[in-house]
Amino acid sequence: MQSSASKAAAVASAVTPLRSLLDVIEAALPKLVLGPTLLVSLVFVYGFILLTGWLSFTDSRMLPRYEFAGLLQYVSLFGNDRWWVAVGNLAVFASLFIFVCMAFGLLMAILLDQRIRAEGFLRSIYLYPMALSFIVTGTAWKWILNPGLGFERVVQQLGFSSFTFDWLVNPKMSIYTVVIAGAWQSSGFVMALFLAGLRGIDESIIKAAHVDGASMPRIYWSIIVPSLRPVFFSAFIILAHIAIKSFDLVMALTGGGPGFSSDLPATFMYAFGFTRNQIGLGAASAIMMMMTVAAVVVPLMYSELRRQRRG
Amino acid sequence: MADHVQAQVAGPQILGRIVVYALLVLLALYYLTPLFVMLSTSVKTLDDIRGGNLIALPAQITFDAWAKAWSGACTGVDCTGLRGNFWNSIRFVVPAVLISTLIGAFNGYVLTMWRFRGSDMIFTLLMIGCFIPFQVVLLPMAQTLGVLGIANSTTGLIFVHVVYGLAFTTLFFRNFYVSVPDELAKAARIDGAGFFRIFWRIILPLSPPIIVVCVIWQFTQIWNDFLFGVVFSSGERQPITVALNNLVNTSTGVKEYNVDMAAAIIAALPTLFVYVVAGKYFVRGLTAGAVKG
Amino acid sequence: MSSLAVKNVRKTFGSVEVLKDIDLKIESGEFLILVGPSGCGKSTLLNIIAGLDGATSGDIVIGDRVVNNLSPKDRDIAMVFQSYALYPNMTVRQNISFGLEMRRMPKHQQDEIVDRVAKILQMGHLLDRKPSQLSGGQRQRVAMGRAIARDPQLFLFDEPLSNLDAKLRVEMRMEIKLLHERLKATIVYVTHDQIEAMTLGSKIAVMQGGAIRQFGSPQEIYDQPADLFVAGFIGSPSMNFIRTEAVEHLGSVGVRLQTADETFVLPMHDAEKALRPWIGRELIFGIRPELITDSASSQRIAGNIHTRTCKVELVEPTGPDTLVFIRINGEVACCRVRPEQACRANESMELAFNLSKAVFFDPQSEKRIV
Repeated sequence: MQSSASKAAAVASAVTPLRSLLDVIEAALPKLVLGPTLLVSLVFVYGFILLTGWLSFTDSRMLPRYEFAGLLQYVSLFGNDRWWVAVGNLAVFASLFIFVCMAFGLLMAILLDQRIRAEGFLRSIYLYPMALSFIVTGTAWKWILNPGLGFERVVQQLGFSSFTFDWLVNPKMSIYTVVIAGAWQSSGFVMALFLAGLRGIDESIIKAAHVDGASMPRIYWSIIVPSLRPVFFSAFIILAHIAIKSFDLVMALTGGGPGFSSDLPATFMYAFGFTRNQIGLGAASAIMMMMTVAAVVVPLMYSELRRQRRG
Repeated sequence: MADHVQAQVAGPQILGRIVVYALLVLLALYYLTPLFVMLSTSVKTLDDIRGGNLIALPAQITFDAWAKAWSGACTGVDCTGLRGNFWNSIRFVVPAVLISTLIGAFNGYVLTMWRFRGSDMIFTLLMIGCFIPFQVVLLPMAQTLGVLGIANSTTGLIFVHVVYGLAFTTLFFRNFYVSVPDELAKAARIDGAGFFRIFWRIILPLSPPIIVVCVIWQFTQIWNDFLFGVVFSSGERQPITVALNNLVNTSTGVKEYNVDMAAAIIAALPTLFVYVVAGKYFVRGLTAGAVKG
Repeated sequence: MSSLAVKNVRKTFGSVEVLKDIDLKIESGEFLILVGPSGCGKSTLLNIIAGLDGATSGDIVIGDRVVNNLSPKDRDIAMVFQSYALYPNMTVRQNISFGLEMRRMPKHQQDEIVDRVAKILQMGHLLDRKPSQLSGGQRQRVAMGRAIARDPQLFLFDEPLSNLDAKLRVEMRMEIKLLHERLKATIVYVTHDQIEAMTLGSKIAVMQGGAIRQFGSPQEIYDQPADLFVAGFIGSPSMNFIRTEAVEHLGSVGVRLQTADETFVLPMHDAEKALRPWIGRELIFGIRPELITDSASSQRIAGNIHTRTCKVELVEPTGPDTLVFIRINGEVACCRVRPEQACRANESMELAFNLSKAVFFDPQSEKRIV
C-alpha cells in the first residue's frame, strides 16, 4: 500500500500527453464526411423549397422576380379552371389507384402465400412492371387502349361489334385510363410488401386459430389481414406519394388530354412553370403539391408512431 | 367410411387449389399481355397492325421498326432514332449511380458507427427529403444549373440525380450497417485502424449485398426518370425516356405504332435486363425502402 | 503491465448522469471486476477507460500517463468484446495480426507473435479458418488471442462470456483465470454475473445507478457488504433479508423472529455494541442461505449456533444441496441443507442458524450497521 505522500508524488509526476493534430482531424472525420450531404440536403432540398415558396409569392413570369407580391399567384391558381380539374383528377386518380393497387396487391399476396409451386416465377411476373419507366408503361397502354386499333378492336373482332372503348380520347374518362396503367405498374410492388408481411406473421397464432375451429377465409379476415396493418400503412404512404407525384405516366399516356381533362397537379406545374412562362404560378402549384403530401403523410406518420410507442 | 370422409374434406380443398391457380394464371396473363402486345406489334408491318388486332400474331415478322426506332425515328428536331439518347442515358446514369452509391455508403457508415451528437437528427432531416414531390425544387434547380453553367448537360443531370438520390442510398446503407455490430468498429479502433482503414478493410468487404441492391435500385430509378430529364435537358442531350416520349407523341405524319413499340422496348431493355438477372435484389431494395415507414 | 487509476470520472449524456464520480485504483497485475445490473454504467466506464468514449470530467491514468487525450490505439490497451467482434472477412491469423499490421510491424515478427499466441491458446489448427467456421468458444479464444498478441499494458473484457452456454462459460472462465496468472496481466473485466465476479476477480467494484456501491476483495464484499444492494446482488441464492426488531435479551441484544411454529429471539453477543442503539427499532437482518443449515452438519462454535425446529414450505433439490424455504416474520427465507437431511414440504425439521456472519442493515439508509 502506498502512503498518501508517495501517491501524491506519483500523480504529480504523471505525464499528460497532448492530443496530436492527426487525432483531432480523425475525430472530425465523421462530421466532415456527413457534412456535404447535410449541406446538399439543406440547400437543395429545404433551401429550394423555401425558394420555390418565395417565388410563389412573386409576380414571376418568364424570368424570376424576387419582389414580394402577395398572394396573387394563389388567387390566380384557385381561380384557374384547369387547376381545379387537375385537383379533382388527383382525388379521383389517387383514391382509385391506391384502392386498386392495394386490392390487387393483397389478393396476389394471399394467393401466392398458399404454398404455390413456381411461386418465385409468378412473383417475378407480377413485379416486372416496376422495372419499367412510367413512360414505357404509358406508351404501351396508350397503344393498348388505342380507340379503333387497340382493346376496342380486339373485343369487336371477338364478336361484340358495337363495343366501344374510347376512354383515351374521351375527356370524361381519360383520367381512368391513367388509373388502369398506373395500377398495372404498381400493384406488383404492393404485392411484394404484403407477401413479406404475410410471411412475417407468427405461424403459431394461425395454428391456434385452426385448433379453435376457424376456417381459412375467416382466419384471413379476422386475424391475418388486421395484423398487416403496418404494411397497409407503408403501402398507403408510398402509393399516395406516387399518385401525387404522377407526371411521367400522364405525359406518356394522355399528355394531359384530351385538352386538359386528364391533367394532374404535376403536369399542371410543368406546363405553367416551364412551357407557359408562368414561373410564379408554377411555383404556387408546386407548393400546393407539397402541402398535399405533407397533409397526407405527416398525420399518418404521427399517429402510427404514437401507436407504435404505446403498443 | 374414413375414405368417404376424407374425400369429402379433400373435395373443397382441391376446388380451392384450382380456383387459386386459375386466378394466379389469369393475373399472370394480365401482366404479361402488355409485354406480348408490345413485342408482337413491334415486329408487325403497319398494314398488319391496321388490318388485324392487338392480340393477333404477326402475319410476318420484320425488324424494320426496330432499325428505325434505333437510328431513324424522329425525336423532336433530329431524326436519328434513339441511339444517341441511349448513350446519353448511359453517360449520366452510370456516374450518377456510382457516385450516389459511394456517398450513401460513407453516410451509412458514419451514421451507424461514428455517431455524434445530432447525427440522428441529420438522418431524419435527410429522410424527410425523400418525401418531397420534386416539383417543388425544379424551378430553383433550373436556375442554379444555369448559373453553374451546367444546364442541359450530362454533368447537370449527374449532379441532379446524385443530389436527390443521396437520401435513398444513405437509407439503404444505414439500414444495412445497423445490423453490423458496432463492436467491430470498436475493436478495429483499439487495434489502431482509423476511419478510412476501418471502412476499407472491414466494412466494405461486408457490403456486397447492399451495394448490389443500391446499384440496382438507383440504376432503375435514374434510367427510368423522366421529370428531371425533360426539365433539365433538351435536344441532343435528352435521356432516352424523354426521347421516347417525343418519338411517340410527335404528331407529324403517319403514326407508326410498330416503331413506337420497338422504341419503348429499347428504352426498357436495360432495366428489364437488370431485373431478369438480379431480380431478387431488386425486391430486397423495394422492401428495404418501404420498411423505413 | 501497469496500474490503473480512475479519478473522479463523471459522465453525462445530455441531462442524464450516467457515471457519478467514479474513483478507484488497482495495481499492476490485479484483476478488477466491474459488476452490476444492466444500466449501472459499467460498460460506459469500460469504454471510457478504453478511450472509445470520453469522460465529461475526471482522469484516467494508465501507469504513469494521464490518457484522457489519447485515442484508443495510443493507450496501449487490448479489449475483448461480448460478441467477440472478429473481422468476418479475415482468417484467424489475419484477425490476430491486424493490430500488429496497423502498427507497421514487420511481417516476420507478426508471424512469430501469431504463432506464439496460437500455442498459448492451443489454436494452431484454426489459424487459416474464418470466424464463421468457428464455434462460439473458439471465437472467444481468437478474440483473446488478438488481445494477447498486442502485449498491452491493460486488458479490458466486456462481458466476454455472456454469449456462451453454461458449460462453455465455466471452461472459458478457467482459461481466463489461467491466462491472468500466466501473463500477470492487469485486467478490467465487466460482467453482470456475480459468480464470474467472485471467481475471477482480485478486486470487485459493485456498481449501481452510475456509482460504485462497494470496492474491495471478493471475500470482503461477500462477508461485509456495504449496503442492501450489494448484499442482495452478490451470492446465489441471494441473502435472506428479514425485517425485525432489536430487543433487549438476557442482558444483551437479540432479534425477534417469528416462524410458523414459534416466536423466539436470536442473541447477537458479538454485535452487541453496534446493535444497542437499535433496541426497539426496526432493522433488517441479513443471513445467507448457507448459514441456515441442517443441525447435523453445522459446526459447533459456541454461542453462535442456534437451532430451531421450523416448518418447511417448499423444497428445491439442486443436486449438491437442497434448498428449503421457511417463513420468518412473514417473509420467505431460503436455507441450504444437505439433501439427506432435508424433510418434505409441510413437514418440520431442525435448522441451525450460524450467526457469526450475520449482518444488519438500516432500513432507511440501506447501509450495513454491523
